[in-house]
Amino acid sequence: MTGSSEEKATRPIRVLVGKPGLDGHDRGAKVVARALRDAGMEVIYTGLHQTPEEIVEAALQEDVDVVGLSILSGAHNTLVPRVIELLRTQGMDDVQVMVGGIIPEEDAQALRQLGVVAVFGPGTETEEIVRFTRSCARGA
Amino acid sequence: MSLGSDILRGDRRALARALTIVENQLPEAEEIVREIAGHTGRAIVVGITGAPGVGKSTLVDRLAGHFLALGRQVGILAVDPSSPFSGGALLGDRVRMEGRGSGVFMRSLAARGHLGGLARATPRAIQLLEAAGKDLILLETVGAGQSEVDVMGYADTTLVVVVPGLGDDVQAFKAGILEIGDVFVVNKADRPGADQTARELRQMLSLGPHKPWQPPVLSAQAQSGAGIAEIGQAILDHKASSERDPEVGTRHVREAERFLRQALADRLVEAAVRRAKAAGRWLPLVEDVARRRKDPVWAAKELAGGEER
Repeated sequence: MTGSSEEKATRPIRVLVGKPGLDGHDRGAKVVARALRDAGMEVIYTGLHQTPEEIVEAALQEDVDVVGLSILSGAHNTLVPRVIELLRTQGMDDVQVMVGGIIPEEDAQALRQLGVVAVFGPGTETEEIVRFTRSCARGA
Repeated sequence: MSLGSDILRGDRRALARALTIVENQLPEAEEIVREIAGHTGRAIVVGITGAPGVGKSTLVDRLAGHFLALGRQVGILAVDPSSPFSGGALLGDRVRMEGRGSGVFMRSLAARGHLGGLARATPRAIQLLEAAGKDLILLETVGAGQSEVDVMGYADTTLVVVVPGLGDDVQAFKAGILEIGDVFVVNKADRPGADQTARELRQMLSLGPHKPWQPPVLSAQAQSGAGIAEIGQAILDHKASSERDPEVGTRHVREAERFLRQALADRLVEAAVRRAKAAGRWLPLVEDVARRRKDPVWAAKELAGGEER
């Protein structure tokens, strides 16, 4: 990928990995960010304690294909709908949203209905996340 | 509406899209660049360079806040390295940024194999930010060591950030980045040895040729914000001084020539590789070089053939 001709041919997928809300556990987010980078993607890592507003503004400025939210605090039912709402307000409906963390199955279903393309729980293989990210970014 | 005119109206999404287009060198880039011509070249571009971990991102964030409070329209370009293996990149400079919402437009750029500490799309990205009305652009390089000096070609003012304890003054002598600094910042100045680092820097700078602008050495603690106002002032002072300095014009011409050469080389190399691949000559030659059957210089000569005459 360092060759300039290949650079032209393929546009790297850009992914924002963010941690909205107040929990301070970012190991999962970092593991995912690293896996996506190693799969050739450009990963914008925003760090801890982001508001949905900050995440959506960063996603806008960085022109990402996919937003990955890592939430372990249990506040997903508030944070995720807010991110999706803000993305819509900005006209960024084409940006795909994935969620990772501790999400009970019934909540996961509700989030999917809101438009979240995937919910990844503990124990998900990073290969699966890479594969999924690639397919939904390319399909967009 | 075209993307170019949307940018000129200040549409942030259009700006973000256009940045992607120039980064990926898509064909639409030419049209956008044409549309915004005449609205560029107006910003003060401040380059921030220094070794990894010296506090560049934090400093950029605090300077952004400082200039924002002065009523400036601030844009940030932050470059991080790409993996030479996967081509991917972890762009982490936002971690150090305090939420400034839409007041500051920041874009992370992956270097994508470009050497020199910046991304290839940097000059065009600067133009786009200028067209969007930014009049102060902070350009953060990858963590740079001794030869990542491209930044001085793009920046009106180059900040070199150092911290105490990174080796003796001979290291600093070797380092090309010490020649490119217009303002030096000794960051993390609460650490032991900071005064000595500043003293050594000043001494070294005093050995250099006498120029109309003598680069100041300023102490700062970006984390707490100490010293930021002084750095901001030094940037504006340098800008005012360089407007009177004929040497600065010469430097920009020299850098322009270097960039033009580089851009030309990129194009010629790409074309030559494409031709060789199309003729089926590329892979066998690579193989020959890998097996030491051919010397790379000779192999290149074979391929260049036509152009050399």
